[in-house]
Amino acid sequence: MAFLTLEGVSKEFGTFTAVRDVDLKIDKGEFVSLLGPSGCGKTTTLQMIAGLVEPTQGRISLDGRDITHEKPNRRGLGVVFQSYALFPHMTVAQNVAFGLEMRRVPQAERTKRVREALSLVQLSSFADRYPRQLSGGQRQRVAIARALVIAPPVLLLDEPLSNLDAKLREEMQFELRRIQRKVGTTTIMVTHDQAEALSISDRVVVMEGGCMTQVDAPYRLYEQPSNAFISSFVGKTNLLAGTWRRNGASSAVDIGGVLLEATAKDIPAATPVTLSIRPEKILLREAGTGRLDGRIASRFFLGSQWLFTVDTPVGIVTVSAPNQGGEPPEEGSAVGLDWSPANLRVIADTAVAA
Amino acid sequence: MTARSSFVPAPWLLAGPGTLFFVGLVLLPLALTVILSFHAYDHSSGIQNTFTLSHYVAVVTDEYYLSIFWRTLRIAALTTLICAAIGVPEAYILSRMRDPWRSIFLLVIIGPLLVSVVVRTFGWSMLLGSQGLVNQALELFGFPAAKILYTETAIVIALVHVMLPFMVIPVWTALQKLDPMVEAAAWTLGASRFTALRRVVMPQVTLGMLSGSLIVFGLSASAFAVPALLGGRRLKMAATLVYDEYLHELNWPLGASIAIIVLVANLCIMLAYNRLVETRARRTLG
Ligand SMILES: Nc1ncnc2c1ncn2[C@@H]1O[C@H](COP(=O)(O)OP(=O)(O)OP(=O)(O)O)[C@@H](O)[C@H]1O
Ligand SMILES: [Mg+2]
Repeated sequence: MAFLTLEGVSKEFGTFTAVRDVDLKIDKGEFVSLLGPSGCGKTTTLQMIAGLVEPTQGRISLDGRDITHEKPNRRGLGVVFQSYALFPHMTVAQNVAFGLEMRRVPQAERTKRVREALSLVQLSSFADRYPRQLSGGQRQRVAIARALVIAPPVLLLDEPLSNLDAKLREEMQFELRRIQRKVGTTTIMVTHDQAEALSISDRVVVMEGGCMTQVDAPYRLYEQPSNAFISSFVGKTNLLAGTWRRNGASSAVDIGGVLLEATAKDIPAATPVTLSIRPEKILLREAGTGRLDGRIASRFFLGSQWLFTVDTPVGIVTVSAPNQGGEPPEEGSAVGLDWSPANLRVIADTAVAA
Repeated sequence: MTARSSFVPAPWLLAGPGTLFFVGLVLLPLALTVILSFHAYDHSSGIQNTFTLSHYVAVVTDEYYLSIFWRTLRIAALTTLICAAIGVPEAYILSRMRDPWRSIFLLVIIGPLLVSVVVRTFGWSMLLGSQGLVNQALELFGFPAAKILYTETAIVIALVHVMLPFMVIPVWTALQKLDPMVEAAAWTLGASRFTALRRVVMPQVTLGMLSGSLIVFGLSASAFAVPALLGGRRLKMAATLVYDEYLHELNWPLGASIAIIVLVANLCIMLAYNRLVETRARRTLG
């Protein structure tokens, strides 16, 4: 029995459907990320779980109890809002203490827990400030502390780290993960940072236009995206449109006359397909020795790796290569591209349209 | 900075018309009233050209005038209190309404401002009269008829009706600036609707309530039409008293001194109240 379940949950605003028929089962102690482009219904989904938006259809249950119509103050969930929603007339410490006060936690313990929560988000010295005296990232951390301090069974985080610098963000990710492991808090985090979703979660839910299109473990999502949108949204990828060709046991994708070998798949011949290959799966070779020849159009240095765009007969292909310290190929030089056919993903265009 | 030494005419020219209006229409009449209030007055020969403090002394020592001041203060304070008690929840409900209804009800609240106070007050005097709708309703339910017209109750009822929009609108404006998610955050932390209102919403609309109260108090304390029509000849408030001194007794200097006293008292009360609430609210809301 899953801890938190959403069954056929939909939300309509007038005639506009913001969330459509969402089914999701989350186990106790699981860390799930909601990933998707802006406006796809992530916040709406989270707020339906929190009880701030009434679903038009469907059922939400927590720990076997139907909470679809339960008031938000009786659900006991910790929520970090996208807009932080701090109480502007209370100090940082009062903000964090509010939830404990509502739970009638004795004064001494309250003070202690507030202090712990603030030190967790590295804001101990800001306890007596008002929210308007804080920077965006500091406010965001107050919001996190306010949600964590009540030790809720479920944490709902709406882009909780969007305003933090890279280092602080990494530390906060680590903290969230640690708390979730230690206390077993079930956590649902909304993000549109795919790297964050992949690195921190047990499972990632991809949302598109109000629907959940794939729910999978991060590495499976990355390696086996169920459609072209996901493969381009989660990580970088090269998408090439072509036609499926079969010739006995061997099969290939035909892109403007160039045949690229692919592993056999149950797709009828002559179907239009989209071919997807990730930049890091392509290796740079001497010209003439790879599967495809091309010319380096541009190169970008990213620190740990180089990113090349290569002009080839099938179009522009992005290739990334680890930085080995040496000088990489010059712009304009001829190179060969090679890959293992297993890394070439072929998606029939019907699946893309779906 | 070169602008500091040379004369720049633009700001002076721009501020000029406003300043001229203010001086001509507010400061000058006020100064004339102050001067008038020190002129001596004689019943047979009218205003004298000698100066005296006797009007002020007469006003502050006469039981009759003091009772009227006291009544004015009481009625204005009561009106402010009732307006706050009705107007703040009303503004909150208004701000939480869906759109077609919100516009309709906002119009319902502001609409009466388009009707003259005198007309509305006559309406009340018809409703509250001894044979008015209210008394007829009371009798229908078996209660004895009550004398409402020409009492302070009638004045307060009509004043609340007139002043309510001046409370609702500033509070509503303050509520509009509020992120609705802040209230939602309080709910998710375990606060009931009422607690969230009391602890989170109310403190943030105090500034709106403050300005609303100041407007309502100031306007009520100097209201003329309502007490004149609903208070009758005997139940006077400050403004009607001044009117009587000017036009019935023809004792302009005495009327002027009463007006000045009311103005100063009103100013003192409002400034004190402003300080009290604003310092507290400003400290937390910035
Ligand atoms: N109260 C509302 N009335 C009408 N439409 C709404 C309302 N709230 C949200 N929407 C619409 O529902 C859709 C989903 O909104 P939501 O806030 O869930 O997006 P999101 O995925 O959180 O986006 P972002 O990443 O930008 O925060 C959007 O198209 C939005 O315009
Ligand atoms: Mg959102």
